[in-house]
Amino acid sequence: MTVDLKSRVPGGPLAEKWDKHKFDIKLVNPANKRKYSVIVVGSGLAGASAAATFSELGYNVSCYCYQDSPRRAHSIAAQGGINAAKNYQNDGDSIQRLFYDTIKGGDFRAREANVFRLAQISVNIIDQCVAQGVPFAREYGGLLANRSFGGAQVSRTFYARGQTGQQLLLGAYQALEKEIAKGGVKMYPRAEMLDLIVVNGRARGIVVRDEVTGTVEPHLADAVVLATGGYGNVFYLSTNAKGCNTTAIWRSYKRGAAFANPCYTQIHPTCIPVAGDYQSKLTLMSESLRNDGRVWVPKRREDVGKAPGDIPEDERDYYLERKYPSFGNLSPRDIASRAAKEACDDGRGVGPGARGVYLDFADAIKRLGEDKIRERYGNLFEMYERITDENPYKVPMRIYPAVHYTMGGLWVDYNLMSTIPGLHVAGEANFSDHGANRLGASALMQGLADGYFVLPYTIGDYLASNKLEPVTRETPEVKAAVADVKTRTDRLLGVKGKRTVASFHRELGKIMWEYCGMARDAAGLTKAIELIPALREEFWRDVSVPGSGAELNQTLEHAGRVADFLELGELMCRDALHREESCGGHFRTEYQTSDGEALRNDETFAYVAAWEYAGEGTTPVLNKEPLVFENIKLSQRSYK
Amino acid sequence: MNLTLKVWRQSGPNSAGTLTEYAATDVSPEMSFLEMLDVVNERLIEQGEVPIAFDHDCREGICGSCGMMINGVAHGPMKATATCQLHMRSFTDGDTVVIEPWRARAFPVIKDLVVDRGALDRIIQAGGYISVSTGGAKDGNTIPIPKTDADSSMDAAACIGCGACVAACPNASASLFTGAKISHLGLLPQGQPERYRRALRMVAQMDLESFGGCTLFGECQEACPKEISIDVISRMNRDYMFAAVSAVDEPVGGADG
Amino acid sequence: MWLLTLYRSTIGKKVIMAVTGLMMVGFVIAHMIGNLQIFIGPSRINAYSAFLKSTGELLWVARLGLLTALALHVLMAVQLTRVTWAARPVGYAKRDPQVSTVASRSMRWGGVVLLAFIVFHILHFTTGNVFPMASSPDVMRPGFSHTDVYGNVISAFRVPWVVAAYVVAMLFLLLHLFHGAWSSVRTLGLTKPSPHPRERRIATVIALVVWLGFTAVPVAVFLGVVR
Ligand SMILES: Cc1cc2nc3c(=O)[nH]c(=O)nc-3n(C[C@H](O)[C@H](O)[C@H](O)COP(=O)(O)OP(=O)(O)OC[C@H]3O[C@@H](n4cnc5c(N)ncnc54)[C@H](O)[C@@H]3O)c2cc1C
Ligand code: HEM
Ligand code: HEM
Ligand code: SF4
Ligand code: F3S
Ligand code: FES
Repeated sequence: MTVDLKSRVPGGPLAEKWDKHKFDIKLVNPANKRKYSVIVVGSGLAGASAAATFSELGYNVSCYCYQDSPRRAHSIAAQGGINAAKNYQNDGDSIQRLFYDTIKGGDFRAREANVFRLAQISVNIIDQCVAQGVPFAREYGGLLANRSFGGAQVSRTFYARGQTGQQLLLGAYQALEKEIAKGGVKMYPRAEMLDLIVVNGRARGIVVRDEVTGTVEPHLADAVVLATGGYGNVFYLSTNAKGCNTTAIWRSYKRGAAFANPCYTQIHPTCIPVAGDYQSKLTLMSESLRNDGRVWVPKRREDVGKAPGDIPEDERDYYLERKYPSFGNLSPRDIASRAAKEACDDGRGVGPGARGVYLDFADAIKRLGEDKIRERYGNLFEMYERITDENPYKVPMRIYPAVHYTMGGLWVDYNLMSTIPGLHVAGEANFSDHGANRLGASALMQGLADGYFVLPYTIGDYLASNKLEPVTRETPEVKAAVADVKTRTDRLLGVKGKRTVASFHRELGKIMWEYCGMARDAAGLTKAIELIPALREEFWRDVSVPGSGAELNQTLEHAGRVADFLELGELMCRDALHREESCGGHFRTEYQTSDGEALRNDETFAYVAAWEYAGEGTTPVLNKEPLVFENIKLSQRSYK
Repeated sequence: MNLTLKVWRQSGPNSAGTLTEYAATDVSPEMSFLEMLDVVNERLIEQGEVPIAFDHDCREGICGSCGMMINGVAHGPMKATATCQLHMRSFTDGDTVVIEPWRARAFPVIKDLVVDRGALDRIIQAGGYISVSTGGAKDGNTIPIPKTDADSSMDAAACIGCGACVAACPNASASLFTGAKISHLGLLPQGQPERYRRALRMVAQMDLESFGGCTLFGECQEACPKEISIDVISRMNRDYMFAAVSAVDEPVGGADG
Repeated sequence: MWLLTLYRSTIGKKVIMAVTGLMMVGFVIAHMIGNLQIFIGPSRINAYSAFLKSTGELLWVARLGLLTALALHVLMAVQLTRVTWAARPVGYAKRDPQVSTVASRSMRWGGVVLLAFIVFHILHFTTGNVFPMASSPDVMRPGFSHTDVYGNVISAFRVPWVVAAYVVAMLFLLLHLFHGAWSSVRTLGLTKPSPHPRERRIATVIALVVWLGFTAVPVAVFLGVVR
């Protein structure tokens, strides 16, 4: 059987779809709301905002996160800002323009209706957050300040110093805590979802392991929302938090939810380069740095060893300015990242391992003075110096691209419901809105749009229009799911091999980065598809997980996550291999224009690739949702 | 470089713990403190031993997960730096490093260096928010907020909830954490309606959680990775006194009251 | 009732402490100034003391006020100290204080010393129940007298250990005020946010002046500057 990919996009003109839909969908009357229970997995921007809003509406909510507090979800790490089509700057921004920029930035691989709704809602998000007490940056006049971000020619990004994600998350977290105090939400921190419970084809609960006691239990509800974030950690080294994982969505995939565009990964151009093989994660330097920093490498290979100061101006190659005169250092992430890789592949990379390029502020400091620069980027410069022990006011920063965001995720319809009825997916965990590449400051926007303004309507529609049979711990499907989890955990503990979980994770990461990273080709991907299963097999034969399952066991948690990455990695490579075009974050070296730009193939590949699990050992089934563009004409993306 | 670690090992909440000695050999100065522990842990696992448990996630000094007492200093020797951002260049070859969990009655040890900081969440539950439901918010620019107010509010809002203030405070007081949230919201016009109610309830909860009182030692401010100033404590006390005297709230019973 | 709310919370207790503490600060300053009249001569200080005693009820009001302040202060100190000690049942194996001062760390035990001193001091100079005399023959002076404060002071501070006791006590007062006179204003939230708070400097001055002013008397008498 193949899943049906009904996008459920309402008819009518683009601008009226969402309002029309809100009117057409069913509502649950207030008295009945408290009879319904909803599970929200994840307490990031998407999860916390959804859980809080559901509870405000009157639903019985339970919310889960693997950290010790919902406030620590990885949304907290977002630095740059959040987009909204407020046009406070009167620089020609509009819902239409944000919509267009997002579709174009996503290289025409996103669903028009979803993106337009996102642009519409963006405006309400800012108002909501201000009301919650999010201390956005302000002008002296007391009004909200904006900054510009890559891939856009208007200033529409709202920010709170370099801690925008933190402040937005604290806003949502506080709303969540308010509802917890009221009793509307039951919060389960240090709780990891290890499987999805599907009864009669509907999502009816999750299997959860309490990380402190180790007890594995079913949690049942009328609907389930996954807001579990991105899976960038499949590359081991990424800007994601150490705990970020794919487990929740991967388990759901194996229970029948289609996985869309797994190969679309975003590589962020400005991260601090790897310093050694003990490296545990990569740190992002906000994109806003590219507003004043100039990216360059030496023109001649011989010079890479030299101190940057000793390389005269005319010996430097400001390659972004050279290749993309109009956007220059502000060209979109995928383009800037690839250009850096090319320079390094060309043997002109700088720093340890020759995997780095300079981000130089000398000119900006000359032009604006050190104080101005300190005022703009002070905290980022400090962070850089803390990590590298180099002073960026004196010597240029060294940066290199790193895995940052995964556009792919579980397939969802216009209601954010997956192919499993009752299983909704929000935030980075779903595939919607960003197509093949995400613009800076758009993920925070999407997470909050999903949680505050979309799900609260669509979940009601689902609950109102479905008769749900009672489910108990005794229901066979429930018992089976719990048993599966227990056997799996015991298996991991039972291997008692020699290799550490981390060593497997690192090896998988190397494979993914090498063959499914910034630039991909058929040969490499085919190789990876052989290497990964072999590594997986070794993992289950030789992994070492000390300790027991009945206690706090961080190695066991990591092992479970890596086991899932070892399966996901293969699917990503399959997806990348099948998509014989280049688009956004997915660059196939075979498909590029004469001057090395991504070459799309809209005739054959203007669709969403939704992969369907077909059982252990059998290759997954590819389902396609065609992308129809009624309001935008497809064009070759150009930032020249 | 080579270091000797003395790490607090405690297998469970109710079991007794001890300081156990480990050798951390050929440590690179470029490593972060947690990466150094990663290496030690991988060696332990290779020998089939149970690795040292410690909380961490973002490793960018923003999520507030990490935190340990390093040679008697919360988050270690580097000022304004969370444990995950501390690098080994702050140590010298041959050093002995004592690593202990946050210590406070309100922060029971779960395992090794992992403690339960739920008390901080419950303090927020007691009133660390602005009661607005989703939807119906007015345009973000309808209330202009002086830049200086927005900035000082942001200074307080920068708290990452790590608990180092409690750990560093000789009284195990949570005053800096609570004061920070009361100041963040109290400095904004949106926060005014609930200002005094908030102070009453959050302070009541702080006491219920059996944190100690503040006697202005100032250690918290020194340990805080976000350099939150003890001025927020004065502000909390001021709001609290006003609230208590003008009896703005129904009987205070903390989170649930 | 609001007093109860205050009394029930750690902040409220601390506020009571600050208020009573500041009352006592006021008293010691006044008392120190009063004592310095010793240097002007017998008639002056005795007159002063006579005047104080002549005020009758008023004096008792003041005494009662001070006594309650002290009682409350100590009561709160004891209660808060117990709360605080309970807040960290398991201590650290290694601790390296960064900024806390000797003064802030000695508040509790220093306070106890001050309490002991005050008790002794009242029995000594006010009631005269405890009035050790120098036994050496060269000093020919009468014992304690309710009218001759000057005489009392002179005879009292001929005794080395008494002088020592006062000097030491005053060192504890110095520490207690150095922290207390500052922390109390912060406790009451009467401060403007600032990296170099004014109240810190003022407190330092108060502490030093009070310390010098008090210590001067026993030392001067002992060295025979005042006889
Ligand atoms: C360093 C960095 C900087 C960024 N900067 C920006 C920016 O400036 N602008 C922007 O728009 N976007 C930015 N992004 C992207 C954006 O932050 C994320 O895409 C977004 O915050 C994701 O939010 P989320 O709610 O979907 O997931 P998350 O915030 O990652 O939350 C995931 C939640 O799910 C829980 N969870 C996960 N797995 C499980 C499980 N198995 N069981 C139980 N719970 C689980 C976690 O505990 C967590 O609570 C940045 C990302 C990074 C990494
Ligand atoms: C060297 C320092 C001091 C000297 C020489 C000194 C001297 C005296 C004298 C002579 C009297 C009796 C006054 C009279 O009967 O008229 C007195 C009373 C008193 N002193 Fe001091 N004193 C000193 C320090 C202090 C300090 C530090 C305190 C408090 C902390 C203090 C508290 C009192 C009190 C409460 C009384 C009783 C006042 C009354 O009720 O009559 N003294 N002191
Ligand atoms: C007599 C016995 C005394 C005891 C047991 C005692 C004890 C204490 C303690 C434990 C504190 C709290 C520490 C702190 O808040 O930093 C304190 C604070 C203080 N004490 Fe005392 N003290 C005593 C006497 C005095 C005297 C005589 C004075 C004044 C001369 C005084 C003035 C203060 C002040 C101003 C504070 C600061 C209060 C605050 O910070 O809110 N105390 N005292
Ligand atoms: S106030 Fe500072 S130390 Fe305390 S929790 Fe917040 S960030 Fe951590
Ligand atoms: S260290 Fe403790 S005593 Fe107060 S000033 Fe900080 S909370
Ligand atoms: S791990 Fe997030 S703050 Fe240190």
